[in-house]
Amino acid sequence: MNFELTEERQMLQDTLRRYLREKYTTAVRNDILTSDAGLSADIWSELAELGVLGALFTEEMGGFGGAGFDLAVVFEELGRAGVVEPVLDSALMGGRLLASAGKSDMVEEVIAGSLHLAVAHGEPGGRYDMDHVHTKADGGVLIGRKAVVMNAEAADHLIVSARDGDAIALYLVAKDAKGLDIQGYPLLAGGRAGEVTLDKTPCEPLNLSLTDLQAATSLALVAISAEALGAMESATHLTKDYLMTRTQFGRPIGTFQTLAHRMADLLIELEQARSAVINAAGYLEASDADLHLSATKNLIGRIGRLVAEESIQMHGGIAMTQEYELAHIAKRIVMADHRFGDTDYHLERFIALSAA
Amino acid sequence: MDMSFTDDELAFQNEVREFLRDELPSEMADKVAKGIELGKDDMERWHAILNARGWLAPNWPKSFGGAEWNAVQRHIFDTEAAAANAPRIVPFGLSMLGPVLQKFGSKEQQDHWLPRILDGSDWWCQGYSEPGAGSDLASLKTRAVRDGDHYVVNGQKTWTTLGQHANMIFCLVRTDPDAKQQEGISFLLIDMNTPGVEVRPIILLDGSDEVNEVWFTDVRVPVENLVGDENEGWTYAKYLLTHERANIAGVGFSQAGLAAVKRMARAENHNGRPLIENPHFAARVAQVDIDLRAMATSNLRIISKAAAGGAPGLEASMLKVKGSIIRQEINDLARRVAGPYAMPFASEALEGANDTIPDPLGAGPVAAQYFNNRKLSIFGGSNEIQRGIIAKVTMSGGRA
Ligand SMILES: Cc1cc2nc3c(=O)[nH]c(=O)nc-3n(C[C@H](O)[C@H](O)[C@H](O)COP(=O)(O)OP(=O)(O)OC[C@H]3O[C@@H](n4cnc5c(N)ncnc54)[C@H](O)[C@@H]3O)c2cc1C
Repeated sequence: MNFELTEERQMLQDTLRRYLREKYTTAVRNDILTSDAGLSADIWSELAELGVLGALFTEEMGGFGGAGFDLAVVFEELGRAGVVEPVLDSALMGGRLLASAGKSDMVEEVIAGSLHLAVAHGEPGGRYDMDHVHTKADGGVLIGRKAVVMNAEAADHLIVSARDGDAIALYLVAKDAKGLDIQGYPLLAGGRAGEVTLDKTPCEPLNLSLTDLQAATSLALVAISAEALGAMESATHLTKDYLMTRTQFGRPIGTFQTLAHRMADLLIELEQARSAVINAAGYLEASDADLHLSATKNLIGRIGRLVAEESIQMHGGIAMTQEYELAHIAKRIVMADHRFGDTDYHLERFIALSAA
Repeated sequence: MDMSFTDDELAFQNEVREFLRDELPSEMADKVAKGIELGKDDMERWHAILNARGWLAPNWPKSFGGAEWNAVQRHIFDTEAAAANAPRIVPFGLSMLGPVLQKFGSKEQQDHWLPRILDGSDWWCQGYSEPGAGSDLASLKTRAVRDGDHYVVNGQKTWTTLGQHANMIFCLVRTDPDAKQQEGISFLLIDMNTPGVEVRPIILLDGSDEVNEVWFTDVRVPVENLVGDENEGWTYAKYLLTHERANIAGVGFSQAGLAAVKRMARAENHNGRPLIENPHFAARVAQVDIDLRAMATSNLRIISKAAAGGAPGLEASMLKVKGSIIRQEINDLARRVAGPYAMPFASEALEGANDTIPDPLGAGPVAAQYFNNRKLSIFGGSNEIQRGIIAKVTMSGGRA
């Protein structure tokens, strides 16, 4: 047993944390949030230069990481700083799917930061159900509609799930393909997504199945859980500082026992969240990985809500303002519950898998 | 024990329903149902409709142009209005300042200001909180110094709800810096068009622009705008807070919100079945429903006591805490139902940009509302402060 990070991962964590602390300030981020693109091209290429994108891929794929703990390290830091750039959707999910499909040239571009991707899987009315796919693949074209596709507008290519007969397979669609329509919009917690319509849109089969998409979703579950953890660390940190500095009735509010105990509860739960993310990252390759991933996502959903709500409450009005760092961080935490299955979805999956 | 409304109360309920059916503009109800922020025009229009019927000031005595409803009547109206998705009444003039002027204002002040609240000539906002004085309101620093026939006001108020629409603000100001905190405060009415008043918007985390900072630099306020006596403002401020507590439990909002959650959960599918049938989700909804039913009865119990002349200080704190928790829980359910579609950012702040935002359940910006309503447990005396009151009154014989 050894819970220390390897030297490489420790370096990655230090570098990324320092970079984001210096560059990704609240003011910079809030400008990105209200920009038309919803992401910063500069930040993106700097993340690539720092090796952050490369850390999401194994050496075989042309990267220098790619294991559960590499993802956990990267996304925890991104979460801590409330980064809205689509590292998860574009680089991790998109890139790893292309790696599975043997598209090594494109993966190289992803790692270099010069290629953006989007994964278009969910459909209207499909909620979090993985096999709710009505989009059809028919003789080299796709017909259908995809819902809340992250990074759709910025993507050079979309990876689209569709049914060819009964089986679900994945297809590559170029951004300028005929019959591709994207209605983009901003997201509450930052970044942009879009509703994607495919009207006889030419595509290239990737020879990937639903199983491959599930594997990429497992990576995403580690990533989103670690990201939420990083954001929770920020929230508790901000709250602790505020409790020690804000005075009312002539004393720091942290000296009111009711708040002090609730702060202590947050710290206790945060340790639970840390361990849950370690479980997810560590068991990612295990035969019962799905069980662990659902356990983690459920716990992160529950504790995330607690941390976000309690942090806001203990701050009082200040936390309700867009300008204040916690506002964004709290939104990142709660909105993470709406990705890749929420608290209840993963509770059900955990129950089903534990019974099996 | 009789749980049913009297014949009179039932007749009143019918009258309210008919009124809402005939007079509440459907486009307005639609906005409320979808959680779209109402503009100043909407709010003024709804006030005018209620005023025409004599129902704008339910808590005011008839002599001042109010409806003089008892607590049960008010409860009936609030519940029916929420169920019909009527806009809320903007409380600052009607529920807050009005009662203070009626009790402590001079005859001139009553004659001048009260009719203007009813006919919409003035839009009031509440200038209590300051950056350094939130829960500890009595530590407020905004200064008013007497200079001949005027007070000269310097300082800053914050969190001023809908101050951007207001032309008048009632403020707590410090007139005696040497007295004990609560004893040097006065209650002042300030025209926001006076030179030296500046309103700066604060954007909230859901993108809404409902609160403001209000800055005062050498603002000259005529002495006749002092309510009651100098340095007695704290008494009036506390009196006002007891009126702020009307409809504090928000039972009507919760009932309307829960009905909306159920409607959405019938339309949303999970594994090919309506989400409302999913045992985990159904259990969440049932839990809130059960709590709400009990709280609705608590609310009625307390209200009927008030109608009979009881003093609901402690109970008001209880209703505030439980009521806000239940409303926030319902907001949480609503965002869960929406699933991935909770993520798009629909906001009035984006103005026309909302057209492309998908809303398959017709739920409106549920996640934005979830965040916005975190305010319910913060403002009007935070839930921690309310619990402090409950504990103090119960265990050390103190008074609320
Ligand atoms: C959306 C919104 C609208 C508002 N509208 C208005 C308005 O129109 N006019 C106006 O005057 N004000 C308004 N307010 C201000 C509101 O009344 C204050 O936010 C509230 O009084 C809390 O003060 P604070 O935000 O400074 O928090 P603080 O008082 O700093 O409290 C921070 C935390 O400490 C806790 N705390 C403080 N003291 C104690 C204690 N003794 N024991 C235990 N815990 C304690 C609080 O509960 C809270 O959790 C509004 C606020 C919001 C968020």
